[in-house]
Amino acid sequence: MAILVDHDNKVLVQGITGHQGQYHTQAMLNFGTNVVGGVTPGKGGQEVHGKPVFNTMEEAVDATGANSTCVLVPRKFALGAVMDAVNAGIDLHVVITEHIPVHDVMRFVRAALDRGQRVIGPNCPGVASPGRGKIGILPDNIFKQGKVGVVSRSGTLTYEIVNSISEYGLGQSTCVGLGGDPVTGTSFIDAIAMFEEDPETKQMVLVGEIGGSAEEEAAAYVKEHIDKPVFAYIAGRSAPPGKTMGHAGAIVSGAKGDAASKIAALEAAGIAVAVWPVDIPRLILGEL
Amino acid sequence: MNVMEYSAKEIFQQYGIPTPEGYMVTSPEEIQEVLFPVVVKAQVQTGGRGKAGGIKFAATTEEAKQVAGEILGMDIKGHTVRKILIERRLNVDKELYLGFVVDRSARKVRCLASAEGGMDIESVPKDKLFSYPFHLEDFLTTEAITKMMDILGLCGIHNDPMVALTERLYKLFTESDATLVEINPLVITHEGELIAADAKLVIDNDALWRHTELPPVEDEYTPLEQRARADGIAFVQLDGDIGVIANGAGLTMATLDALRSVGGDGGVFLDLGGTDDPEQVKKAFRLMKDAKPRVILLHIFGGITKCDTVAIGIRDVLAEECIPAPVVARIKGRNEDLARQILKDAGLIAAKSLQEAAQLATEAEGGAC
Repeated sequence: MAILVDHDNKVLVQGITGHQGQYHTQAMLNFGTNVVGGVTPGKGGQEVHGKPVFNTMEEAVDATGANSTCVLVPRKFALGAVMDAVNAGIDLHVVITEHIPVHDVMRFVRAALDRGQRVIGPNCPGVASPGRGKIGILPDNIFKQGKVGVVSRSGTLTYEIVNSISEYGLGQSTCVGLGGDPVTGTSFIDAIAMFEEDPETKQMVLVGEIGGSAEEEAAAYVKEHIDKPVFAYIAGRSAPPGKTMGHAGAIVSGAKGDAASKIAALEAAGIAVAVWPVDIPRLILGEL
Repeated sequence: MNVMEYSAKEIFQQYGIPTPEGYMVTSPEEIQEVLFPVVVKAQVQTGGRGKAGGIKFAATTEEAKQVAGEILGMDIKGHTVRKILIERRLNVDKELYLGFVVDRSARKVRCLASAEGGMDIESVPKDKLFSYPFHLEDFLTTEAITKMMDILGLCGIHNDPMVALTERLYKLFTESDATLVEINPLVITHEGELIAADAKLVIDNDALWRHTELPPVEDEYTPLEQRARADGIAFVQLDGDIGVIANGAGLTMATLDALRSVGGDGGVFLDLGGTDDPEQVKKAFRLMKDAKPRVILLHIFGGITKCDTVAIGIRDVLAEECIPAPVVARIKGRNEDLARQILKDAGLIAAKSLQEAAQLATEAEGGAC
């Protein structure tokens, strides 16, 4: 087992004929993902890496039985694309696209949640379960199948931590990139709850950053509901208030959402917080 | 994007939300002999202007000109006052608070209201705060509105105007892709009118492309930050002397934190993003060069792209652009050994770990050219 992505995901790529779509379709296939096709309006009937391209999500789901989608469309089309996937009955939407207006995100996340569907992202690297598959743009060579569940708001910083876990001889059950936007379809709490239920996952790593209160909420949840050990890293300890640090969600507003309060909340919940990203595997092994 | 008060009030008026009569000036000479007594308000992109002396009253034209002269050019938390708003002073009976904000955790909009206007909404006690989350497509229910009126202590003649104003403010919120709209204080005058004495409006930066009707960004960013925005690069100027270029926002923040951990101080946050486009790398280094850091710390995690490819790109850019600061590089991922050698040969200081890179950057002296 793993969470979100396993052997039973049948994946469509929305925006499959674009440069990113083609590239990452191949990368997902290489990782063992069951990509069954893709959608680009007006390009139905073509093939990408031997996979059929459809004009609409409805046609694509009817023809392939897909249950998951990887959204790689430009942001202007993101709301429409996700709503099409919601209406086509997709279970898991992984939205990679960045800079989607937050009102659009609230609209499609609500539509998906109302139908019992899950959204990962937007502005995220996706989900990878080593040995099973990935939906998204995470690099292939950093993973190793194992027992650590990783959940994060960032991309490359997560790769660094995942890579250090692999280099240390540990591995990952699943790595979930939640996305760097203020509003995301899946929260730390959602992912942590799934990892707690997953028999393969033995430890969890939470990679947070400044802005919002998702880490504080996760800390309270861990204290109440989680038995497996949780470790954390928080980015943005040196970030000044009022500045958006790259991710739209990474902003300290007044005294709210700063790293110190997140670290304090995590530590109060018994979660060890690493000072250096690469300290995570040593924390897991009890070497620090 | 933070919309300045005088611009936000123009938008309020378009939505039928009353604001005090007034006009914006950039010099005392523009002040007219009307609307007295007036309030003179500094227009800056930061809070706390009242405490900083940026809001003053004046009873006569002469007094207004004198006060305006004092406020114009004033520095408020690093922002120079270049514009002031002159407004008719209201006969205040009551001060309320009303706002809508994106609630990140709930993935909803939250309506906030309080009878204690004029103070920071964070410091209003819970039992005196109306706080109601709802889906973007919805609005306050009848019961929620009743509860809001109760908390605001409004009834009778104020009921209908307050409901209408709340609806208009929410229409503005949704139609302008706002992440925050706030009236603090919302004044009830002796004459019984509801007037937005202040106006705060923050528009989602990611939605600006579909709002050409909005005023341009003012004074929120430094000139270099403005240039970076035009180039599509996430770039923030900070107080320190070490410029950080990394790929990915989280990694860039973590690199700045690493500097702090070893006693260094980051001066620039520059997120290259997922690009290995040589033109974009060139733009990034030009921005960094113009920010004049003492040292540059380059931190790349090569995920999809091979590290040696990235290193060659950086070497070529540095060969073209003379950077008068030492460059410390930490590059991790596929073919990192080869990448390190390429960077060393190009005169960069190559480090293996982030910790080592942070230490080398903090100690580095001299220049790359």
